Amino acid sequence: MANDTPLLSLRGINKSFGPVHVLQNVDLDVRAGRVTALVGDNGAGKSTLIKAIAGIHPFDSGQVTFEGKPVTIHGPKQANDLGIEVVYQDLALCDNLDVVHNMFLGREVKSGVTLNETTMEKRAGETLSGLSVRTLKSLRQQVSSLSGGQRQTVAIARAVLWNSKLVILDEPTAALGVAQTEQVLNLVRRLADNGLGVILISHNMNDVQAVADDIACLYLGQMAAQVEKDQVSSQQVVELITTGRSGDIGMQDNSMGGAA
Amino acid sequence: MSAQITEVDVPSAGDTAGIGQAVRDYFARVRGGDIGSLPAVLGLVALVILFGVLEGGTFLSIFNFANLINQSAAIIVLAMGLVFVLLLGEIDLSAGFAAGTAAAVLAVVLTNMGMAWPIALLAALLTGVVIGLVIGLLVARLGIPSFVVTLAMFLALQGAMLLIIGEGGTIPIRDDAILVVMNGNMPVILGWVLAVVIVGGFAIINLLAINRRRKAGLAAESMSVWAAKVIALGVLVVVATYLLNQERQLATANVVIQGVPWVVVVILGLLVVLTFILQRTGFGRHIYAVGGNREAARRAGINVKGLMITCFIFCSTLAAVAGVLLASRDNSVSPTTGGAQTLLFAVGAAVIGGTSLFGGRGKVRDAVIGGLVIAVIANGLPLITQQSGIQFVVTGLVLLVAASVDAISRRRASATGR
Repeated sequence: MANDTPLLSLRGINKSFGPVHVLQNVDLDVRAGRVTALVGDNGAGKSTLIKAIAGIHPFDSGQVTFEGKPVTIHGPKQANDLGIEVVYQDLALCDNLDVVHNMFLGREVKSGVTLNETTMEKRAGETLSGLSVRTLKSLRQQVSSLSGGQRQTVAIARAVLWNSKLVILDEPTAALGVAQTEQVLNLVRRLADNGLGVILISHNMNDVQAVADDIACLYLGQMAAQVEKDQVSSQQVVELITTGRSGDIGMQDNSMGGAA
Repeated sequence: MSAQITEVDVPSAGDTAGIGQAVRDYFARVRGGDIGSLPAVLGLVALVILFGVLEGGTFLSIFNFANLINQSAAIIVLAMGLVFVLLLGEIDLSAGFAAGTAAAVLAVVLTNMGMAWPIALLAALLTGVVIGLVIGLLVARLGIPSFVVTLAMFLALQGAMLLIIGEGGTIPIRDDAILVVMNGNMPVILGWVLAVVIVGGFAIINLLAINRRRKAGLAAESMSVWAAKVIALGVLVVVATYLLNQERQLATANVVIQGVPWVVVVILGLLVVLTFILQRTGFGRHIYAVGGNREAARRAGINVKGLMITCFIFCSTLAAVAGVLLASRDNSVSPTTGGAQTLLFAVGAAVIGGTSLFGGRGKVRDAVIGGLVIAVIANGLPLITQQSGIQFVVTGLVLLVAASVDAISRRRASATGR
């Protein structure tokens, strides 16, 4: 898998907010069909990196390649058009609308001026069954009646509804119980198995071990290492997160530009 | 995409099992906090029975029934507009005087300038649009809370009204086309045609929806539930039409007064059009989304500011329609038109009908049901007691009860995870 072109490839990414150099020469490769865990301590730059990929605020410099073609992402709309979808931590669902309405929010299917409810409900159902989701009783129940895991499921299903190629998940299991975490991780795994590229932000080493194929570790705005999960132990990942290095993996000195 | 789904594959097993199941589902929703118009409908029935028993004769008379429609019309239309703003979680305190200002413009153009009624009507509606646009811009663009903006407009419009009406104090309306709206009745036969159109239209639209869902292989309402709904509406409409088509002239005078009031057509028309906009268009869906979770709506690419401005325009323009109704009913426009309790009754009507003050929940029909509740109280109480103080207290208590039901059902919704 190392020889095919990555779905998303970042090279030498920099981003500053005023005097704060948040991202320094960051490289990242995300491959289709694999889950790339993005780990790092608070303030390491994970959110900044994700938001830039999602088009919320652009990179200052660096090269972005998507499906082998160089691109610049100016806004969320353009990211969506490329097939990049983000599931934010707060999910951004409307409690007073049902599952179908939430999945199509802002991108409703219409016939003339009227909403085409049957088509939307069918497509929502197909997407959910494509993800082997069987936990929802009815597509017409309001989101306020769903459990945390079910809400996460709806948010993820919304992200894959649009033939998306890269799904970015921000701490999807942070607020969930054991059983629901299991469900959501299975869902994340299925996204990758269906051929999508997945970036998973997580603080939870168990989650990372359970579902990730690759691990990318940010340390103080630099990419300390991007490795395959099988090459490192949990202990080594924790060392990477806290010190930026672990034995011969990670940044070997404190100079700029850490390399894998 | 439904190519493989043959007719044989469409099972009625996916349909809700029947009336019993539909009723059980409904009460499950109510218990879960999705309470809707149920309390208002129950309250309406209870009030009618209460006044009927306590007072007897006059309240239940056919004359009074028609009178009730007249009394509630302006409040209902005003409340319909407020539903749009309340759905966003905003408020419009100026709607009452927006109605008054529009009525004043109507009267000036019609009577003082002597222009034709379509021009006057257009001017009145345009007044509403402009008022709504100003409020909307101030709330959405400048970010001033709608409570403050509309409170300021409440005062300013009151003044604008005085200036427009001028020293005279009251401008009479003599145009037949405007007067007939609140004072005229449809011919008996036309009333029955309207009844057939309502019930037939309801039946056909729902039947088509069921068919569409069946064809797509989705769970659809069963035919027995459909039939029950159509029959229930049919009975209601036929009884109302029959009563309104009776001669209701009080004794002596030898003029015939019978037929469905024309204003019913205005209210039903608005009910259908506005319900269509809220429930079936992307714009309506987005209103609910903004009311439910503004940030989520923004991230979904919805133009939240534009939507808010449009909703305030809807509210003030419907207020202008209510102003025309008030002018038609009083045969004149005075500085008190749309003042006093008009706005508070309209907000009360929307909330009593089941529209949430917290945004995101409510329907246009809430305005109709709540408006009728308010009108029944305003109409029934004076027949029992002469003290107008009691009427205010009772109306206030009913509004409090409605707001409590709203708050409790909301708490319940989060407690049961609904």
